[in-house]
Amino acid sequence: MLENINLNWEGSNKETHHIELSLEGSGFTFEPGDSIGIYPENDPDLVERLIEKLGWDPKEPVPINKKGEVLPAREALLRHYEITRLTKPLLQQAAVLFGNKGLTALLENEAEAKAYLEGRGLIDLVEEYPPEKVEVQAFVQMLRKMPPRLYSIASSWKANPDEVHLVIALDCYTANGRVREGVCSGQVAGRIKPGDKLPVYVHRNPNFKLPADPDVPVIMIGPGTGVAPFRSFLEEREAEGITGRTWLFYGDQHFATDFLYQLDWQNWLKNGVLERMDVAFSRDQAEKIYVQHRMLEKSKDFYAWLEKGACVYVCGDEKHMARDVQETLLHILETEGNMAREEAEDYLQEMRRAKRYQRDVY
Amino acid sequence: MADKKLDPLETIKEKSRFLRGTIAEGLKDPLTGAISEDDNKLLKFHGSYQQDDRDIRNDRRKKKLEPAYQFMVRVRIPGGVATPEQWLVMDELAQKYGNGTLRMTTRQTFQMHGILKWNLKQAIREMNDALMTTLAACGDVNRNVMCNPNPYQSDVHAEVYEWAKKTSDHLLPRTSAYHEIWLEDEKIIDTKEQEDSEPLYGPKYLPRKFKIGFAVPPSNDVDIFSQDLGFIAILNEGKLEGFNVAVGGGMGMTHGDPKTYPQLARIIGFCTPNQVIEVAEKVVSIQRDYGNRANRKNARFKYTIDARGLEWIKAELNERLGWDLGEARPFHFDHNGDRYGWIQGDGKWHLTLFVQSGRIKDIDGYPLMTGLREIAKIHQGEFRLTPNQNVIISNVTEEMKGKIDELVEKYHLTDGKHASALRRNSMSCVAFPTCGLAMAEAERYLPELLGKIEEILDEAGLREEEIVIRMSGCPNGCSRPALAEMAFIGKGPGKYNLYLGGSFTGDRLACLYKENIGEEEILASLRPILLQYAKERQEGEHFGDFVIRAGIVEAIRDGRDFHKPAAVNK
Repeated sequence: MLENINLNWEGSNKETHHIELSLEGSGFTFEPGDSIGIYPENDPDLVERLIEKLGWDPKEPVPINKKGEVLPAREALLRHYEITRLTKPLLQQAAVLFGNKGLTALLENEAEAKAYLEGRGLIDLVEEYPPEKVEVQAFVQMLRKMPPRLYSIASSWKANPDEVHLVIALDCYTANGRVREGVCSGQVAGRIKPGDKLPVYVHRNPNFKLPADPDVPVIMIGPGTGVAPFRSFLEEREAEGITGRTWLFYGDQHFATDFLYQLDWQNWLKNGVLERMDVAFSRDQAEKIYVQHRMLEKSKDFYAWLEKGACVYVCGDEKHMARDVQETLLHILETEGNMAREEAEDYLQEMRRAKRYQRDVY
Repeated sequence: MADKKLDPLETIKEKSRFLRGTIAEGLKDPLTGAISEDDNKLLKFHGSYQQDDRDIRNDRRKKKLEPAYQFMVRVRIPGGVATPEQWLVMDELAQKYGNGTLRMTTRQTFQMHGILKWNLKQAIREMNDALMTTLAACGDVNRNVMCNPNPYQSDVHAEVYEWAKKTSDHLLPRTSAYHEIWLEDEKIIDTKEQEDSEPLYGPKYLPRKFKIGFAVPPSNDVDIFSQDLGFIAILNEGKLEGFNVAVGGGMGMTHGDPKTYPQLARIIGFCTPNQVIEVAEKVVSIQRDYGNRANRKNARFKYTIDARGLEWIKAELNERLGWDLGEARPFHFDHNGDRYGWIQGDGKWHLTLFVQSGRIKDIDGYPLMTGLREIAKIHQGEFRLTPNQNVIISNVTEEMKGKIDELVEKYHLTDGKHASALRRNSMSCVAFPTCGLAMAEAERYLPELLGKIEEILDEAGLREEEIVIRMSGCPNGCSRPALAEMAFIGKGPGKYNLYLGGSFTGDRLACLYKENIGEEEILASLRPILLQYAKERQEGEHFGDFVIRAGIVEAIRDGRDFHKPAAVNK
């Protein structure tokens, strides 16, 4: 890690980290649109508490895969098992393994069991329904393998060779009286420091690529951390000396505290790499304004860009943002393109087929 | 100057369509809290400076955020006279849009800091609703006209104030851009723009800012010799006969550039009261036509005059007037500071309160802002902002005096009696964190430095000795340091040039004594001088006069000698 900067200004509800990693010596390369996979590490405090609570020997060998490789318990729990999340199947397996009557009783009531999962983690379960005695080898059988986390790359290899930049929102909340952090964001944004090492790999994303022809207009929609790949897009175009035909829609909560990479966009607008930018700061006025509202305000131009063959890229939250953006896209096609709903859907389908509508949503 | 290349700002002004530029568009740009560089220059004419919080500039850059842009807004209140209603409006706007404080300036007006771009229009509009314009509070035009607020000569004060106000109004720009940008909801039609003209200023306005003041002797609180144009009231048995006319004063200079210097205004004649406006207009027109438009550092009226001589300016003015100024008449100044506490005049009471550096805010144990607000709620007279950044609660009836006193006591407001005489005679500009020009701290540092100098004063037994002390964060000299008996002009972080030897009446320039020194050296330099002054001063001899008699510095009576190497004490 070369650099770790919280991009939000004081007073923000968020903590979004700009992370710079050195890839020197790794031989890794990547293109705009690709992601970095990080193999995260659990919070060592959490691992130690678990080991202590369950009375294990941290050096006890524990299998880490089906091939039978083993590591000391502490290491295995740190890097190979998911020990934060609580799920219904886990609860059921734990009830069998723990032999805790209270837990068995809890599971008998479907609604109570479901409510229990809300805002609680494995450590809560262990503390609130402690097992009589459970071997670490048996315990890990019910755990999920630690999955790597993917982050859209926010830099261009051409502009910064041997470096990769990521934007990571710290997932941090308080529930049931305890501060909880996302495993990976907590580690990358909080626990590791410049100079530390992080195991990573490049995850190619062939379905999120700039058009090969630099004359094709590019519309980018990426609020919050969804803006990451577009920083990569624009850095790449700047490195290649391409100007114009780019339009970015960005949004977050507050202009004053949450305008991620503000200076970068301003600079690209000035030198022409970015042609247009519209912003939506949802909480700077009484009514919430999001990127799709800005698209709607500019629907005439938006449609004109589409008719000129623009590629549309959407990155960020899938459930709300990407859905609303897609709905707005269809609406723009209907109103500006005088299309019936079906025609609009066909138009979008055709865009998708021609790789003119690409999404990187999560 | 026709053959010289114009300063780029001249072109910006000329092409601005009478100060429009693209300010209105810039205010709406959602990608930045700033407006364009060119619009920034034009915005000054509308009474506002774009600034940023310099304390956090680096941290913001690290976070890839633009500077914390914000705007300072200054109103025009000629002679510093504001109604209680206006006071309450400024107080409310400072809370609502500003940084929660108000600043009384060294030119007797209010400014507030920290207004975000998104609120600027609304803030200016609400000031106008309370009959305070911000037009021409800054920029290359005639600025807020100063006037002695001396209440104990009330009849004459009222008369002189009326002339100050009339002069101010007469010299206001005529552009409709101000109304269009700030006071209208949306631009409706362009016809007004087509009809715009500036009969006095012309499309390029003045080459540089222009400052006018009115003094009523024996008080020189407006620092008449610092003004581009000064009117000194000549009284005869309590009646106003007219004014001596002084021209070509000014404070600004650039460190290390001897072609730039603070200068004292020089008296060129006398006019009657009803000639004042004509004289002001013609003097401004001379500066408009002859001022240097190629080099802004050499564009103030003082340079226009010094390049041509006093005889030239007299002749030019007489020709433009079509009549000759009269002979200057005798007058006498005895101080340029404020007189604190209650004073009775014209059957009414007037209370001068001490406000350190003019900053109105609440701090623990000293809720000044709240106290003045509570006074404004019941006060039936006026507030008068003094040229020394203090405030006078003016025109108080005998019945109300007690109530005002109660509030003064309740909120721990002060007439400065507990402070040293040095502190009561102190001034400083704003400087960090908002002023873009500041090289060193001023307002935030002066109180601390005063505390340390006071220790020396106590040792020397000089606590009650009035000494005029001023600090400016840069050599532009908003706090008029070049006229002080003891002055500090910022050179860099924590470093100041120390000047000594201005006069107590504000008619002599201070002389450079030590260059680029920090606090330790400041105190070490001042201590022996103050001790010597305590021991060797003559009856009634002021500090500024003493340092000259004692040969510590030279007397400087012409700005062109300000950089004389011999004057520097090595």
